[in-house]
Amino acid sequence: MIHFVLLISRQGKVRLTKWYSPYSQKERTKVIRELGGVILNRGPKLCNFVDWRGFKVVYKRYASLYFCMCIDQDDNELEVLEIIHHFVEILDRYFGSVCELDLIFNFHKAYYILDELLLAGELQESSKKTVARLIAAQDSLVETAKEQASSISNIIAQATK
Amino acid sequence: MNPFSSGTRLRDMIRAIRACKTAAEERAVVRKECAAIRASINEDDQDYRHRNLAKLMFIQILGYPTHFGQMECLKLIASAGFPEKRIGYLGLMLLLDERQEVLMLVTNSLKQDLNHSNQYIVGLALCALGNICSAEMARDLSPEVERLLQFRDPNIRKKAALCSIRIIKKVPDLAENFINCAASLLKEKHHGVLITGVQLCADLCKVSSEALEYFRKKCTEGLVRTLRDIVNSPYSPEYDISGITDPYLHIRLLKLLRILGQGDADASDRMTDILAQVATKTESNKNAGNAILYECVETIMSIEDDGGLRVLAINILGKFLSNRDNNIRYVALNMLMRATTLDAQAVQRHRATILDCVKDSDASIRKRALELLYLLVNENNVKPLIKELIEYLEVSDQEFKGDLTAKICSLVEKFSSEKIWYIDQMLKVLSEAGNFVKDEVWHALIFVISNASDLHGYTVRALYRAFLTSTEQETLVRVAVWCIGEYGDMLVNNVGMLDIEDPITVTECDAVDAVEVAIKRHTSDLTTKAMALIALLKLSSRFPSSSERIKGIIVQNKGNLVLELQQRSIEFNRILQKHQKIRSALVERMPVLDEATFSGRRAGSLPTAISTSSGAPSNLPNGIAKPATAPIPDLLDLSSDDVPAPSSSGGDFPQDLLGVDLSPTLAPSGAGKPPKASTDVLLDLLSIGTYLPVQTGSSASDILSSSQDDKALASLSSLSANATSPVNAAPMMDLLDGHGPGPQKPKENGQAYQSLVAYESSSLRVMFNFSKQPGSPQTTLIQATFTNLSSNVYNDFLFQAAVPKFLQLHLDPASSNTLPASGDGSITQNLKVTNSQHGKKLLVMRVRIAYKTNNKDVLEERQINNFPQNL
Repeated sequence: MIHFVLLISRQGKVRLTKWYSPYSQKERTKVIRELGGVILNRGPKLCNFVDWRGFKVVYKRYASLYFCMCIDQDDNELEVLEIIHHFVEILDRYFGSVCELDLIFNFHKAYYILDELLLAGELQESSKKTVARLIAAQDSLVETAKEQASSISNIIAQATK
Repeated sequence: MNPFSSGTRLRDMIRAIRACKTAAEERAVVRKECAAIRASINEDDQDYRHRNLAKLMFIQILGYPTHFGQMECLKLIASAGFPEKRIGYLGLMLLLDERQEVLMLVTNSLKQDLNHSNQYIVGLALCALGNICSAEMARDLSPEVERLLQFRDPNIRKKAALCSIRIIKKVPDLAENFINCAASLLKEKHHGVLITGVQLCADLCKVSSEALEYFRKKCTEGLVRTLRDIVNSPYSPEYDISGITDPYLHIRLLKLLRILGQGDADASDRMTDILAQVATKTESNKNAGNAILYECVETIMSIEDDGGLRVLAINILGKFLSNRDNNIRYVALNMLMRATTLDAQAVQRHRATILDCVKDSDASIRKRALELLYLLVNENNVKPLIKELIEYLEVSDQEFKGDLTAKICSLVEKFSSEKIWYIDQMLKVLSEAGNFVKDEVWHALIFVISNASDLHGYTVRALYRAFLTSTEQETLVRVAVWCIGEYGDMLVNNVGMLDIEDPITVTECDAVDAVEVAIKRHTSDLTTKAMALIALLKLSSRFPSSSERIKGIIVQNKGNLVLELQQRSIEFNRILQKHQKIRSALVERMPVLDEATFSGRRAGSLPTAISTSSGAPSNLPNGIAKPATAPIPDLLDLSSDDVPAPSSSGGDFPQDLLGVDLSPTLAPSGAGKPPKASTDVLLDLLSIGTYLPVQTGSSASDILSSSQDDKALASLSSLSANATSPVNAAPMMDLLDGHGPGPQKPKENGQAYQSLVAYESSSLRVMFNFSKQPGSPQTTLIQATFTNLSSNVYNDFLFQAAVPKFLQLHLDPASSNTLPASGDGSITQNLKVTNSQHGKKLLVMRVRIAYKTNNKDVLEERQINNFPQNL
């Protein structure tokens, strides 16, 4: 099971965190600081796994961002690497060659995508197309709601003129 | 509208935060935003609720507290529209976790949304439930989730399946409700549903043996078929990853098959063909393929198999191990570790490669390789492997030395067939990485050295040589100093020369030099310096000619700022000056240390020193000396790690007593009597000032109030034998002055407790009888018996007691409030004292007795510190 997902920038800034196991706010800060220190300091050619407090942390760097996932000892590290890549590809498709700024300003969208990909710390969907379709459907629901709201307020505004 | 909630847009807030140059600036911006959001929340602003929560989430990601936004999530979730619910659920998952009480409030909204007509809203609710639900919510909402496992849309079914995993992890009893639904998910074609369904089955098997049996019987065939289909499926762009169709599904199927095949030959037999196919046909040039092979190898090694497949699996691991990709080598090491239990021989073949991995530049790989190598060491290969590891220790990274040293030491201890080999290897480790050696390791080394009487000379000479070259290794210095102190004469006279040794000439002066270096070196810590000081004392007897010089060094430490060293220096100086007669007896060589006791203590089978007794200095901090039975070694054993702290129980005592006056547990006896004396008692307690332990009668008199009859002192001094006297501090002095026996160890005589004359004056005697209820050692039942020693009747007799905070006192009503004269009857009263620090602190109590005699009010009080120690 994936215990948490972290996106950390090369400067050590946190870009996204998702916790599937309970960690208090204090613990979260501690975990991020600890792991940031370990992962950011690792050289480029080394393996993508770090042993940490009896868990394994799988990380991969994409441009300036480190994607980290914490898993149990007996989970498949290589598969988690694939899951990270899967996530990145979906983000890439959604934002159109994603960059760190996209994830900063649209962090909620990144979360929506992650929620279609992982649930309860397990993989939910292996098809990028399905995830994209589901996100698009929900985005359009939001759009319609907005339009409706604005049209209703227009009507009210006109009526009260 | 509130001027604060004018409300920057989310985008603007993020820009503002990003524009901050310093952390302080960022904090200021966040504080301002938080203030605005709070204001907006207080106004119950509907329009901006959505935006506020989005901002709070961003602030939360940055690590600032956002608890005040939790209720906003609930409000958004409760609103009707999809956009509000979407952000509300996201906020819920981000700002809350399962341990917050607020979460319970969302149960009802979740229930409604799980039954919503819009499937996307159902999806949101399932997602939130799956990510953060607590056990209670799992119980409440489990029926909804069960139902959704059969929902028409596959995207809801897959979410429900993963949500079920969370539910059965939180409440394993619910597992059986899910077995049938989970089994039907396995027949689906939709990959998302299949993946999650297989995962659900795997988790069900972990919590329920019933589920395991069911799936094993009914589903093994089907799963094998599904795996075969997916392995042989033609190219499908939607699921293809580097030429393989849906590796995630492959891996999950292999994982579930592993669970089903483990411990069941029949099920294992049914899956061997497909496993062989996966193991041989999967492409291993891409990560996805390797991930499948890795999972397949694990499945092969876990199921019941006669070995044909295992050869295949071990070969794959061999290939992995020689792969250039670090990731692949890492997982190979990981898997070989599990393979050692199955086929140690096959893994041994890769020993050389694994040893290379121990020296890899990647810390993760090194760590794995070292752990694996640790498992591979046996009697036959231990010597060359240890040699290699110690050689590597010289060049390894600083941060790896700790791990490496611990493993080497553990192996050397485990496989030490010959003492000389053990001592040699340990000396090498100490010289190379002495600063990383744990205390128990060098303690153990001293035990071994002490027991190898034929090697004393050899060891001390080897240590002396090592000491000259690597003085910066703390533990090496300690062991060397200890040995020079004990066996200094052997060092100088070359006693017990072994053939392998080079002869070495060390003068008495050289030996003293070495110890002087250790004591003067500014990097030496207290323990080392203390050990050096003892070594000097011992050498002064071994080398009479250097005695004056040693005295000089000891005298230099008389002004040491560390109390411990200062005190020892003064004591030792006195031994040298005034007690020449007993000196040689004092510093005799340590008796051979008992390895059995030591290893017993290391295993933790002995109770901690603190609980055995509070008086005697029997907490052997460095585990070298033996307790009370050998007072002299004890005396010299000052190399304790916790030296600066006053020893175990005495230390906190004064504070505790002073703490009494803050909140005394005042328990007036005699039902109906108001606690009128409480203020007085408070004053009295304050008047204690600093606490003086009851050592002799005279010091106790300070505590007794002035109205007290002096005769009490006599009885007190007779009590001081079993009083909680401060032997902690005293025994050293006592022993040096040549009087007073070693501290007595209190006899642990189980349930029988000596009764105590808690108080006696010319007019009154109070006896305490103790008992304990089995099973609650913290609680002591005290029966107090009051006897009138005067010739007048006492009326309105009232007994009161106060205890420090760590105790709890319960007073039962007294049997009477009239005490007949001349011991002609007595009053009894029961007390119950609960010691929250049982074993660490002793009971202590302050009592006050008030009565009327001849129409005169009499008040007597005192402090009782002489409770039996075993209470």
